[in-house]
Amino acid sequence: MMDSPEQIKTRIESAVPGAKIDIVLNGSPSQQSSLLIDKEHARQIAQFLRDDAALRLDFCSNVTGMDWLDRVVTKKVIVKKIVEGEEKEAEETQQEKIPGYLEAVYHLYSIEHKHGPIIIRMRTNDRSAEAPLPSLTPIWRSAEFQEREIFDLYGIRFDGHPDLRRILMWDEFKDYPMRKDYRDPDDYEYEPTPHDDVLERAKQHYAPRPQLDGAENITAQP
Amino acid sequence: MTTTIQTLEPAERPLQIMSSRLEGELLEVSMGPQHPSTHGVFRMNVALDGEIVRKLKPVFGYLHRNHEKIGENMSYLGSMPYTDRLDYFCSMTNNWAYALSVEKLAGIEVPERAEYLRIILAELTRLQNHASLLGFLLSDMGAWGTPLMYAFREREKILDLFESLSGSRMMCDYMRFGGCRVDASADWLAGAKKIVDAFPKFLDEFEKLIVENEILIARTQEVGKLSADLAISAGITGPMLRACGVNYDIRKVDGYGFYPRFKFRIPLGEHGDTYDRLMMRALEMRESIGILKQAFEQIPEGPIMNPKVKIRGFRPPVGEAYGRIEAPKGELGFYLISDGSPNPYRYRVRPPSFINLTILEDLCLGHTVADVMVILGSVDIVMGEVDR
Repeated sequence: MMDSPEQIKTRIESAVPGAKIDIVLNGSPSQQSSLLIDKEHARQIAQFLRDDAALRLDFCSNVTGMDWLDRVVTKKVIVKKIVEGEEKEAEETQQEKIPGYLEAVYHLYSIEHKHGPIIIRMRTNDRSAEAPLPSLTPIWRSAEFQEREIFDLYGIRFDGHPDLRRILMWDEFKDYPMRKDYRDPDDYEYEPTPHDDVLERAKQHYAPRPQLDGAENITAQP
Repeated sequence: MTTTIQTLEPAERPLQIMSSRLEGELLEVSMGPQHPSTHGVFRMNVALDGEIVRKLKPVFGYLHRNHEKIGENMSYLGSMPYTDRLDYFCSMTNNWAYALSVEKLAGIEVPERAEYLRIILAELTRLQNHASLLGFLLSDMGAWGTPLMYAFREREKILDLFESLSGSRMMCDYMRFGGCRVDASADWLAGAKKIVDAFPKFLDEFEKLIVENEILIARTQEVGKLSADLAISAGITGPMLRACGVNYDIRKVDGYGFYPRFKFRIPLGEHGDTYDRLMMRALEMRESIGILKQAFEQIPEGPIMNPKVKIRGFRPPVGEAYGRIEAPKGELGFYLISDGSPNPYRYRVRPPSFINLTILEDLCLGHTVADVMVILGSVDIVMGEVDR
């Protein structure tokens, strides 16, 4: 039987000193809760998960990205208020703004013990272009193409990846199509060619030239 | 006036020395995207030393249409026909993987008859996928046409079955979360049983073509060897992983559907070379026939849809789920995140042939260009799934 996420959390914390791990609960019937690991110790935690004799999560099946926009969470908080000289408890709605972030999710299985999945996630600090996360490709080779895909479509930069390039979009492409605020360009065919300069010169060429008006009437002397 | 043309005597001409090897220089060749052996629009940038591959970088994305983004903008039901277009050889298993993930996400039970129908259709899909793969592979090796036509003859029979059941030969769109779309009649089941019963005869004939064929053995044995450690680390799944001798079949490990009720064995390879990968398919077809025969005996009468599921205007609870099945090409998974709205917040496909390409370079290094085609053929890719 595999350990619960709570047990795995305590085991990681004892094996990797200083590691910060939160459990992200999943309320759906699938009950696949995940571990949110911190960026600084990610490589060590991944190595522990792979090499630990009881876990042996040697097979990283699925790696994918996620984009979470800025959002506002409304909470109901009980606040003490002084109303007409008396202290009363009143309920108040507070709004908390959570800044957006990008996320990488890894689904891990064990081929040796045939258990899983253990799901780990990492979050970037913000949604800026090429927000950094540590690459786990040195631990699991199967992340190689999948991290490249996340870099391509979400714009997370995986530090320590051996060959981080775009994989599905072409190399010259700008922007990250899987982000939630992506807007596709008006013209996919647009390329910065000399075409515009040529057009500009042509426009000047066909501009009216008054000093030459009536020139067609000049004929050669008889 | 006469002009004299000075000609050099043959002995005086400077000799152009053509070397058979490019000394110290590598030749870069772009193989594909329009190449009959790349199974679609797939390109490899290969650095060659003579005929030996020294470097190989796969390039793809020519068929990319951002399937996952389209899935995010669609309802849960709306994505079902679109999953057919991923691996267009195996639409039934794509449907099943997606339906399984949604069922995990929303906690939906599937009626017994529907589970049996799913197993029957998935195993028929495996038969026709593996048969046509072997045909294509022989075609890549120069056995042009004939073996492929043998394979396609059998595939045609199975596609006819799919057509009479779902209305479409390749884009079946047959499964729904909570069951299947239409019921199979007794006639259909009898017809399917007849085709499955006749299938071993084709396999006997086809295996005779490949098992002891000298040319095929010379072209495939010890070519593209993959070690078990690298295969596990690189996330290789399906027949490719089992050809290295790793016993991992999701039908056994996860026991999804009613697979635990069936008796079947997992064929395993020993060397992890192209020949083993090829034989893995032939042996898996034999096991699939066994599963199908059991399914035809056991299939009960009953409903094929869970009546509680409202597939139109379907809203699963907030949460996420990852569901996976053993598709003919490997582990096919769908990862869904629901925010409670009719569209998934995140819709991710874990494509087996995309991830199986990770080690293409490792397999090809040191082999000749002609071997690259054979190795690529044995990986079994479909670009609709690789590029998504």
